[in-house]
Amino acid sequence: MDEPGGSLSFAHGARKVAPFSIAVLGFGISFGVLARPTMGPIAPIVMSATTFAGSAQFAAASILGAGGTLAAAVVAAVLLNARYAPIGLSVAPSLTGPWWSRFLRAQLVVDETWALSADGRGGHDPRIIVGGGLVLYTAWVGGTAVGVLFGDLIGDPARLGLDAAFPALFLALLMPNLYRPHAKTAALLGAGIALALTPLAPAGVPIIAASVACLVGWRRA
Amino acid sequence: MSVGWWTVVLVGAATIAIKGAGPLLLGGKPLPPRLGRVIGLLAPALLAALVAISTFGGERALVLDERALGVAAAGLALGFKAPPLAVVIVAATVTALARALL
Repeated sequence: MDEPGGSLSFAHGARKVAPFSIAVLGFGISFGVLARPTMGPIAPIVMSATTFAGSAQFAAASILGAGGTLAAAVVAAVLLNARYAPIGLSVAPSLTGPWWSRFLRAQLVVDETWALSADGRGGHDPRIIVGGGLVLYTAWVGGTAVGVLFGDLIGDPARLGLDAAFPALFLALLMPNLYRPHAKTAALLGAGIALALTPLAPAGVPIIAASVACLVGWRRA
Repeated sequence: MSVGWWTVVLVGAATIAIKGAGPLLLGGKPLPPRLGRVIGLLAPALLAALVAISTFGGERALVLDERALGVAAAGLALGFKAPPLAVVIVAATVTALARALL
């Protein structure tokens, strides 16, 4: 471990996530630009401030943007965020203190802070969850605000290729998720189910149906 | 309230509850291994579905257009360990260039 007890500073956590904050700022800007045409100027910023989970927000915005229903957007986003239930259980032993403090700090857990705070022995460094989480939160909400303002000036996002930013972003998030047992099978099956159902079902439904692909984990690894 | 705002409220409330549940209840107990494996595979399954649909999805149809070139370039950039922001910029730039030139 690093410094002994007394100098536990959140600045340590903030420094550790700094290299990721630029990318998160960029994602925030993209989300603001992509969500604004369907959600208006304020809702994307409020969503970033309350949901603070990139892939679910992109999924919900892209489903609404494709003409999908409210139910499809919400269910897809909630399914994408379902991973935060086991993630929350994994950080629970490291978050001590009163219930409201544990609950609030749990909101700062995102994929990046979760991965960076792991100590390799099953524990998680709360300084990185809180210090790093606050840096990424500022970048994400601030970036969304910039994107919403900027989105007003650029006109058709397709002209700038921003419609391809969505799949590229999901691809970047997918890659680190491919290494656990059965993950590649689940990914291929999920993509196949989604593509097969796209011509047949309303927007959003193919994505929800793709979640059954995770049942390949039911077999022993 | 518009569909957009309902999405903000419902997704926000659900996410806050999901994220907070474990630390709030402080179970700290690991999931049964089988359930843990299934939930762990939700992310690759859903993210891959999102990649596929946002690359090839049209209005109730599959389409092959300039997005596919952008996503292929993004995959290449990821292969060279490019940071996420660069990957997104590569995808957008290649797609925009293909639209302008082809």
